[in-house]
Amino acid sequence: MKYVDAAQVQKKMNSRLTVNNIAKSLFLAATLIGLVVLVILFYRVISQSMGWIDLQFITNKLSTMADRAGIMGAIMGTLWLMLVVAPITLFLGVGTAIYLEEYAKKGRLQRFLQTNISNLAGVPSIVFGILGLTIFVRAAGLGNIVLAGGLTMALLVLPIVVVASQEAIRSVPGYLREASYGMGATKWQTIKNIVLPASLPGILTGVILALSRAIGETAPLVVLGIPALLIPLPEGIFDKFTVLPMQIYYWTIDAALVAEYANLAAATIVVLLFILLVMNSIAVIIRNKFQRRF
Amino acid sequence: MAKHKDGVNVRELINEKKTTLNTNRLIEAFIPKFLMVIATISIFTTLGIILTLLFETVEFFKAVPFLDFFTGTKLKPLGENAQFGVLPLLTGTIISSVIAMAVAIPIGLMSAVYLSEYASDRVRRILKPILEVLAGIPTIVYGFFAFTFVTPILRAIIPGLEPTNILSPGIVMGIMIIPMVASLSEDAMSSVPNAMREGALALGSTKLEVAWKVVVPAAMSGIVASFVLAISRAIGETMIVTIASGSTKNFTFDITQSMQTMTAYIVEVTGGDAPAGSTLYYSLYAVAMTLFVFTLIMNLIAQYISRKYREEY
Repeated sequence: MKYVDAAQVQKKMNSRLTVNNIAKSLFLAATLIGLVVLVILFYRVISQSMGWIDLQFITNKLSTMADRAGIMGAIMGTLWLMLVVAPITLFLGVGTAIYLEEYAKKGRLQRFLQTNISNLAGVPSIVFGILGLTIFVRAAGLGNIVLAGGLTMALLVLPIVVVASQEAIRSVPGYLREASYGMGATKWQTIKNIVLPASLPGILTGVILALSRAIGETAPLVVLGIPALLIPLPEGIFDKFTVLPMQIYYWTIDAALVAEYANLAAATIVVLLFILLVMNSIAVIIRNKFQRRF
Repeated sequence: MAKHKDGVNVRELINEKKTTLNTNRLIEAFIPKFLMVIATISIFTTLGIILTLLFETVEFFKAVPFLDFFTGTKLKPLGENAQFGVLPLLTGTIISSVIAMAVAIPIGLMSAVYLSEYASDRVRRILKPILEVLAGIPTIVYGFFAFTFVTPILRAIIPGLEPTNILSPGIVMGIMIIPMVASLSEDAMSSVPNAMREGALALGSTKLEVAWKVVVPAAMSGIVASFVLAISRAIGETMIVTIASGSTKNFTFDITQSMQTMTAYIVEVTGGDAPAGSTLYYSLYAVAMTLFVFTLIMNLIAQYISRKYREEY
C-alpha cells in the first residue's frame, strides 16, 4: 500500500518553492528601494548644484543676489554651535552614563532615569525648540544667539550620548575593574583610569553621531527664530548666527520667488551631506579601529 | 627619629599617606553626588518641557474653551473672529502619518524579513549601512527632495494635485522611516532562536513559511513596537511637511490638497512673531502640548509592548 503520492508531493512542493522564490525577489526589491531613493536623491542634488559649488560659494557671505551668495556665515555658525554642543553633551552625557552604570543602585530611581531618557529620545525635536524658545531665548533673555541654540541642541542630542556611553561602559569587562581594585585603587580611580579610557572609542562614536544629528536638525532652530539672511559673521557664542539647514530651508521656500535659490539650496545640501558623510566615516573608523574586543 | 634610607622622615610619609587617603575619601564621597546631579538634568529637561507647555496651555484654555479646541473644524488664528479648532491640524497630522506608514510598514517589514531570513552575511553587511545612510539624512534634505522632485512627478501622474499637498510629504516621510522599521524589526527577528527555524525547516517548510509562520509571529512584539515608534516619529516630523504640504488649514480628507500638520503650525506661528500674551501665541503651546502628549503616549506604548511581551527563549 502506498501512503504517499510522490507526484502530488512533488507538485505541491514545486509550487511552494516558486512562491518562496517570488517572495524572496519581492523582499529583495523592497530592500533595494532605499538604495534607489538614495541614488536618485544624490543624483538630483548633485546635478542641480553643478556650477554653483565653487570656492566663492564656500567663502562668500550671504547675499540676496543668487550669483554672489555664499555659505560662509552658515559654516561659521555651525562651527560655533558645535563648540557649545560638544562639551556640554560630552560632560552631561558621560556623567549621566557613569552614574547610571557605576553608581546608581538598581531600583526605582535608576529605572525612572532610564525610562525618562528613552522617552526624551522620542520627543519631537520641534518640542525641544519650544523649550529653548521659552527658557533660553525668552525667560533667560539670551535672544536667538549661538549659546541659546547650542543649549537647546545639547538637550536634544543628550539621550544619544547617554545611551552610547552606557553601552561603552557596560562593555568594559569586570576583570579590568577587579584588577584595578586589587591594586588598591578606589572606585573613582578605577573609573577614571580604567573604565573611561577603555570605553572612550564607544563614547566618542556616540558624541560624533550626536553632533551630526545636531548639525542636520532644522526644526528647533526655526522655532528659536534663527535668521537666515544678511547677518554679520558670528564671532563668538553670544552672536546671532545661522546654520546650513536653515540656509537650505529659506532658499527652498524662497525658490518660488527666485528660481536660482533652488540651485543654492541644492549646493548647500551637497556641502551639508559632505560634512555629515565625513563625520560618520570618522565615527565608523573610530569604532572599527580603536574599539578593542574584550 | 627613624630616618628613611633616602633621608625622608617616616612620620612625614605617614602623614602624606593619610592626607591622600583623606582626599581620596572626600573625592569618593563627592563624585557620586555630583554625578547624580548631572544625571537628574535629563529629568529637569522633561519637567521643563512639561511645565513650559502646561503653563501657557492653561492660559490658552482661559481664552478658548476646551471643547471648541478639540472639536472645532475651523482654524483661523488671525484677524477678527479668530477660531482655534485643532481638528484641521489633527487630520493633517494623522493623514500624513497614515500615508507615511502605508509606505514604511510594508517596505520596512519586507526589508527586515529579507535581511534577517534571506540575506547572506556579506549582503547584509552591504545593505544595512546603506539603510543607515538613509536614516542619517537630515529631514530638511527630504523636504527639499519632496518639494522639488517628488511633487512634480506626482503632479504629472495625478491631475489636480496641488503644488503643495499632503501626499508627497507623506510618501517621502515614509521613505525616511523605512530604515527605522527595518532595523528594529530585523533586531526582533534576529533574536528568534535558530532552533525554531530549524524545527520548521525540518518539517519541510520553505523559507517563506518559516519567516511568515514562525519568525514573524515569534518576533511580533518587537515588530509592533517598531511600528508604534515609527508612527510617533511621523507625527513629530516637521521640516518635510512644513516645506511640501503648505500652510492651508483645510479640514479635509482629500490627500491631493494642501494641509497643515501640528508641527507645521508651530513653525508658522513661531516664524510669524506672534505677540507674547495673545491667543495666537498661546495656541502655539496648546498645539505643542497636544503633539507632545500624542508622541509621549506612543513612546510609552512602544516601550510597554517591547518590555511586557518580550519573548524569553
